[in-house]
Amino acid sequence: MTALSAEQTHAVAQILESHAHAPGALLPVLHAVQARLGWIPPSTVPLIATALNLSRAEVHGVLSFYPHFRTAPAGRHVLQICRAESCQAMGGAVLEARARARLGVDWHQTSADGAVTLEPVYCLGNCACSPALRLDDEIVGRVDAARLDELLDTLQGNEVSA
Amino acid sequence: MSTTVYVPCDTSARSVGADRVAAAITAEAARRGVAITIVRNGSRGMAWLEPLVEVATLAGRVAYGPVRAGDVASLFDSDFLRGGSHPLALGLTDRIPYLARQERLTFARVGITDPLNLDDYRAHGGLAGLRAALGMAPTEIVASVTDSGLRGRGGAAFPAGIKWRTVLDCAAPLKYVVCNADEGDSGTFSDRMLMEGDPYCLIEGMVIAGLAVGATQGYIYLRSEYPHACTTLNLAIVQARAAGLLGANVLGSGRAFELELRLGAGAYICGEETALLESLEGRRGVVRAKPPLPAHAGLFGQPTVVNNVVTLASVPLILARGAAHYRDYGMGRSRGTLAFQLAGNLRRPGLVEKAFGVTLRELLYDYGGGSASGRPLRAVQVGGPLGAYLPEQHFDTPLDYESFAAIGAMVGHGGIVAFDDSVDMAAMARYAMEFCALESCGKCTPCRIGSTRGVEVIDRIVAGTERSRNLALLDELCDTMRHGSLCAMGGMTPEPVLSALTHFPQDFGITPPAGARKLT
Repeated sequence: MTALSAEQTHAVAQILESHAHAPGALLPVLHAVQARLGWIPPSTVPLIATALNLSRAEVHGVLSFYPHFRTAPAGRHVLQICRAESCQAMGGAVLEARARARLGVDWHQTSADGAVTLEPVYCLGNCACSPALRLDDEIVGRVDAARLDELLDTLQGNEVSA
Repeated sequence: MSTTVYVPCDTSARSVGADRVAAAITAEAARRGVAITIVRNGSRGMAWLEPLVEVATLAGRVAYGPVRAGDVASLFDSDFLRGGSHPLALGLTDRIPYLARQERLTFARVGITDPLNLDDYRAHGGLAGLRAALGMAPTEIVASVTDSGLRGRGGAAFPAGIKWRTVLDCAAPLKYVVCNADEGDSGTFSDRMLMEGDPYCLIEGMVIAGLAVGATQGYIYLRSEYPHACTTLNLAIVQARAAGLLGANVLGSGRAFELELRLGAGAYICGEETALLESLEGRRGVVRAKPPLPAHAGLFGQPTVVNNVVTLASVPLILARGAAHYRDYGMGRSRGTLAFQLAGNLRRPGLVEKAFGVTLRELLYDYGGGSASGRPLRAVQVGGPLGAYLPEQHFDTPLDYESFAAIGAMVGHGGIVAFDDSVDMAAMARYAMEFCALESCGKCTPCRIGSTRGVEVIDRIVAGTERSRNLALLDELCDTMRHGSLCAMGGMTPEPVLSALTHFPQDFGITPPAGARKLT
């Protein structure tokens, strides 16, 4: 288990102090930790458990239940491609295959240059502009192969020739 | 004089470039020395026209769309600030047939107002419902909701008034109102549009629910896949509190209602109300056995109203205009309107709020314009991933809860996903099982194990391995899931699977017999 830096420990302590009193605080705490650190390092689990008066198993159980929480750092960007029905009806599967091939990764993996972590997502609520994807906190709709290539080129800079 | 230009801030509009268009309009106006005010409104719901830019003129709001940033200079050249003609001009927005033929009740303000401007909200009828409710006894508020015929818009269609009555009748020191904003079904986006386009309407509905049942604390449980809705709601809550709409003294009435937004974390099952409550309490989103009902013992064991976004957002209008006004729309036991969401392979996808009773064919063709690909529509899934796949023979079924139940389907949340004839229905059936395996909370065996076995059985059927034996096995497996699962996740996954098999057997490698298959 990698030790937290002093800065990370301080950030987690701050989060716990401001959230611990709230009823059902665990999800808000995990969201806040991920927002600050980019992921939820395993070494934060005992700190969170102690502050919320939970067992480490309970915290781990919640952490592992929800796909949104990451227990390993992501790439510089997270690309989520919608796999749900509406996007399938508009050719989403082609985008999935193209993104995997171009990045050389499968779902939940990060490209070798560390630029992009690829994830599936099941509906972004942008079904009237299918197919859709999410790049970090931006939703992109009516995505075709050319638009996907353009996005990936930007993300990977000069490391991948277009 | 400054001209008002509307560029939506809705996720769908932004996903196709609305922010770039707004920036380009601002820059071009500055370059030309023209005074404009840009309002980032919600979406009108005509998604194929997004980004839809509107200009306030003396004749009314004039629309242009879909506008790209590169079109902006030519719009100025065409004097669009006075409604000038342009290849992208659509005329008066309210006269566009797609909009003009709708019955906008719950979505009356969405796309019209500035979502975060409370004065705009009030000027368009906002807070009239809450003011009426503040002058009524709790039983009168509940009676009004009951009389309106409003049923849960999240999919289960349970009468809202009866749920509220149950919570009202519970004596407890603390009660809760929980808004289920975990809109996870593919093909649904009405909750998101409402939250981004008219957030105060949801807040007002929740305050009224609190007054009606005696709850003083509300939570909105929003899915993490909706980052823009999250930002908008948080801002709206802060401003509502500052304006005295939330807090210890709601609009000076002496009544208290506090509201907090909580984020989900990517688990589809948390749209199931008891899993949602577990999640709000800080646990894994595992389904609870019922009873007890959440109305008796919900959040933190207290009586809790759990309603979906559109349900709660329909309440202010019912209180403002009276139950009869709402009840007069619709058919049979499905009263009022539903915000249908047209998605998938359609030429004109978007949001269509209509009274119950409109047919699937009207929505798919008159509104939707047929397929986007130009190929024939072959299958339509109504009501989300747990809804049945319907072939054309059912397109004339009126959309009301009972008519759909009669053909083995469900209206659900009103999401409609259309597929053209390139769809492989065996693949869609397999996907339904795969999705269930992925998203099952794991509490009950039929769902947790059955979904994985379901994928395998479908694979064997498609591969032609002992096909008749495996078909019988799939039947039996679906029967077990339907009747043995704790909630709708496992209980309804057989709907898309078996409807695909019934209506499209050839996709599974089965030659359709002369008569219909015995599966229904």
